[in-house]
Amino acid sequence: MSAVADIPQGRAAPGLGRARGLVNAVLGIGLLLGLWWIGGEMIARNDDLFAFASFAPGPTLSRLAELVASGAVIDMSVPSLYRVGMGLALAAAIGVPVGILIGRVAILREITNVPFQFLRMISPLSWMPIAVMAYDTWDGAIIFLIFVAAVWPILFATAAGLRRIDPAWLKVARNLGANPFHMLFVVILPAISVDILTGIRLALGVAWVVLVPAEYLGVTSGLGYAINDARDTLDYASLGATVVIIGVIGFFLDFALMMAIKKFNWVRSDA
Amino acid sequence: MMVEPITRDNAGRTAMPHVAGRPSGAHVAVRGLSHVYRRSDGPVLSDIGFTAEPGEIVALLGRSGCGKSTLLHMVSGLSMPTAGEVVINGNAVRGPSPRWVMMFQAPSLYPWMTVAQNAALGLRFARRMHEARARIPEVLDLVDLGGFADRNAQELSGGQQQRVALARSLAPKPEVLLLDEPFSALDAFTRRNLQQDVRKIARGLGLTLLIVTHDVGEAVRMADRVLVLDAHPGRVASDTRITLTDADRNGGNDAFQREHTRLMQTYSDIAQVPGGNLT
Repeated sequence: MSAVADIPQGRAAPGLGRARGLVNAVLGIGLLLGLWWIGGEMIARNDDLFAFASFAPGPTLSRLAELVASGAVIDMSVPSLYRVGMGLALAAAIGVPVGILIGRVAILREITNVPFQFLRMISPLSWMPIAVMAYDTWDGAIIFLIFVAAVWPILFATAAGLRRIDPAWLKVARNLGANPFHMLFVVILPAISVDILTGIRLALGVAWVVLVPAEYLGVTSGLGYAINDARDTLDYASLGATVVIIGVIGFFLDFALMMAIKKFNWVRSDA
Repeated sequence: MMVEPITRDNAGRTAMPHVAGRPSGAHVAVRGLSHVYRRSDGPVLSDIGFTAEPGEIVALLGRSGCGKSTLLHMVSGLSMPTAGEVVINGNAVRGPSPRWVMMFQAPSLYPWMTVAQNAALGLRFARRMHEARARIPEVLDLVDLGGFADRNAQELSGGQQQRVALARSLAPKPEVLLLDEPFSALDAFTRRNLQQDVRKIARGLGLTLLIVTHDVGEAVRMADRVLVLDAHPGRVASDTRITLTDADRNGGNDAFQREHTRLMQTYSDIAQVPGGNLT
């Protein structure tokens, strides 16, 4: 038995305790920066590619600092955040009610299953020509594309959450005289809040990915436009900086949703 | 009938505020009740009729599958009979109501709510949340969970959760409480405590209580009157009184044993259990 006890836990970083998560996160960031730096060096030393050397961490990060200082980061992010926010809000406004319906009514689930699975597999970007024709404004078209990308994860996560509701919870509510309004807002929505938020988190991941190519459409603002513009003007430092901005914002949006999920999660692991 | 007010020494106040020497329970009349499940061969319940006086504790004793749980669901208005009617204080039951509340085998508390929020559900659904501030501590005291208001329902033991379910049922001040084998998932010790406490609380409040059970001991410990149900189709085969003092109901005495043996004999005759070796 003592042999087992003698094996040290986490040989690389023993005794970190609570700081372990933070230390490992910093380690991961360092690793990424290292790889980036190596890639930059390789490009700079290559005769065919040296023109792209400003992708390297040095030029990119100093341009990023300029963009932050001048407030340009805000100018390019706000339109993008608006479009993603609107697209996600629409997706939730449609996805949650429809998800509840198909989760609750078996016949609706059976009827919609094939069409929904079919539509879900179509890349949102393939709707681009239709979106451009259907909407008067570029903003409208982009929001539509984000909506198409985001609605499915929300819809399916909601429906799946509903099917996991304990039928006894509904019976208890009915027994105590709950009306359909109570049923929805006191029982069903709190019971599946985590499923909905998980769906929104997945949807955000897809929406944030779809945003950049969608902003190649006509618009003259936003992160996708900034990428496209930097490419056209051969400003690779700005292009690299915009990529970093996209990643950082995406990371923090995801983090915020993860925190919300943690807050709303009523499952006690220690219970 | 006699109502013994229960006083709580630790809380220093009477836990039964709306006992005014008379039962607050309702008269329950079940008339010609029959139930046929769709696509089944015969009726599950056939022409059931009985009444329960206000404040009376009636056990419906029967084997699994005799339709006793279905019967209770119809009394509560959660399901509708094929024929016949349930009348509570002169009003035909057409659906669930905070005036007649059912307690199930599983407490089914909402895990995202505190104990107090769970207990207040009936008041919330009846748009009587203004009563909660006074009423919820009162019912939690009544079920001996005075200090548990802000705890999460998931942190409680099975018996404590069933006590919260009891508080949830009592909070809207129902006139009839319907118990569908609510203690059968609990260990013997917890079950005994709850059986005693529920009887004590129901008597204190003067509630009319209908208890569905397959446990002869439970019927003897809790009920003033026992209806033994036959199966296929379910019907009332025997209607008998339990004449024990509350002290004798705790078991371990001759009077309890005599009633238990007598009821067991009736039950095994009706349920046709060989040798009557049911416990």
